[in-house]
Amino acid sequence: MDYKMTLTPEQEALLNGSKGEAVAKAMKTLVMYGEAFGAEKMVPVTSKMGHLVTSFGLKVMKPVYDLLDTLIEGNALSGQKFSVDPKPLDKNVPASFLENIVFNKLMYSMQGSYDAQLEKLGLLSKDAYTCACYLDEVGNKPEKGEILSWAESSAVVYANSVLGARCNRNSGIIELFGSITGYVPYFGLLTDEGRKATWIVEVNTTKKPEAQVLGSAIGMKVMEDVPYVRGLDKWLGTELDGDACAYLKDFGAATASNGAVGLYHIANLTPEAVEQGESLIAPDAKVYVIDDAELERVQNNYPVMWKNPDGKPQLCFVGCPHLSLAQLNEWTDNVSAALKKNGLKKVSVPTVFTSAPGVVEAFNKTPKAKVLKDCGVVLSYICPLMYMNNPLCKSKNVITCSNKLRTYTTSRYYRSEQILDIITKEVK
Amino acid sequence: MKQFKGRPVVAGKCTAPALVSHGGFNTLASFQGALQFGEIPVLGSKYKQTECDDQNNKDLYRKPMLGKALCLPQTIGSTTGGMVLYCAKALGKSPACLLFSEHIDSLAAAGAILAANFCDEPMVTVDCLGQEFLDYVKDGMQITVDEDGTVTVD
Repeated sequence: MDYKMTLTPEQEALLNGSKGEAVAKAMKTLVMYGEAFGAEKMVPVTSKMGHLVTSFGLKVMKPVYDLLDTLIEGNALSGQKFSVDPKPLDKNVPASFLENIVFNKLMYSMQGSYDAQLEKLGLLSKDAYTCACYLDEVGNKPEKGEILSWAESSAVVYANSVLGARCNRNSGIIELFGSITGYVPYFGLLTDEGRKATWIVEVNTTKKPEAQVLGSAIGMKVMEDVPYVRGLDKWLGTELDGDACAYLKDFGAATASNGAVGLYHIANLTPEAVEQGESLIAPDAKVYVIDDAELERVQNNYPVMWKNPDGKPQLCFVGCPHLSLAQLNEWTDNVSAALKKNGLKKVSVPTVFTSAPGVVEAFNKTPKAKVLKDCGVVLSYICPLMYMNNPLCKSKNVITCSNKLRTYTTSRYYRSEQILDIITKEVK
Repeated sequence: MKQFKGRPVVAGKCTAPALVSHGGFNTLASFQGALQFGEIPVLGSKYKQTECDDQNNKDLYRKPMLGKALCLPQTIGSTTGGMVLYCAKALGKSPACLLFSEHIDSLAAAGAILAANFCDEPMVTVDCLGQEFLDYVKDGMQITVDEDGTVTVD
């Protein structure tokens, strides 16, 4: 193939088939991908682990399974272990008889064989299915400055912004190719220049903004650009503690799904903003001012996709992206206290909290597990987005405080305190 | 007739009617219904022509995308995007070509390049056509794409 970038002898050998045709084709794809962005070289992937976005064995993804079979047969396996996004199904999550037939027979009938393919390619463990792989209980937490070959928009934006790692918004399959070859093209968010902010966001709210609405507003405004956010440290502080990290996890997921943000800087908080300050802001950066009215406007503009907008909620999902252990504890305390206050024993809307298998396991060892179960809340490891991606769910009134879930499904968005209020009061 | 010059990301020739998204095109949200249910009796009846499933895209929601010259600024959303585009092409459910007014984004580039390397025929993709292109082109206009990235709008 013709290419302009400079390859090392080892990279050129891979391209010419030194490790087989399958690796060569993966390398060729990465070189073409890099050249589309003017990359002048390929750089080594330096993180210990990868992360894949595709966790679901959808029957329709046959072209992907065929491609993976070709890789496995050609011994083109990942050079690093990887985690992967959450599984789509869990028998503990409420589903009708018809839904179970659709899920198991029509949609995810390839789940078992796809899981087997992932194991052969380099899956970290049977419990490595989560979108929040960087949580302590999962253990795929890259160091600052490491080069990653990851996909999953919420994980990429977190790794770049909160951990200071370097990763482009890679697509599914491309991220696996990077882990197989050990190289990724050097462009975009891997470069110092690509990490400069081209937007200044001024947060001028009178109270702590809801992470998922603030992220949504910023994502829709800046699209794939890098925002430098001023004024949020007033509400989050200047330490990346558990609360701040959980907030930024949810905020980032909304920027990435409502727009295409792969990196944000929070003044006085995120690592590069702390180190480099406003020198991170590019000349001629545009300005977006966010106040209470702007957040209200953004939330009010979300389309309501329920067939009957006045209908009662039938299912509630909390945890997209997956909840951290601290968030799970906080939700448990809040639900328990609100039910008590309202004179109820169990939530009034079937409710599912979702988190990483490792977090679920850790939580289940604590007394709070019983508290949550007694409240009637189901705790699961699934991906609510995958669960809802079917026509049957479109006729179900699902509520959520996840802006990512709202974006991809017919679920209706409410802020966290609204969700708490709805599920802990009698449904009228 | 008006001509626009872009950069061929995946070069090729193509003629198709235009379908225009003025906002970011959310690939997963747009294709998920057609890919998952297009072949299933009853459930897939409204996705036979790869109807767009993204309720947030006011330009495209419920419009058929199959065989169209999809004109857009960039793609947004889930990083499954490239893989979804690749599957759409491999399964014969894709637009005829992708025409970007801006520089292509990483997810769409991945999809176009995966299709070029792993499908029987490529999905012609041109970027950097400029905002004037997106302002000019309207749904249904006939589009002709040449190997060198020249796009003619009739």
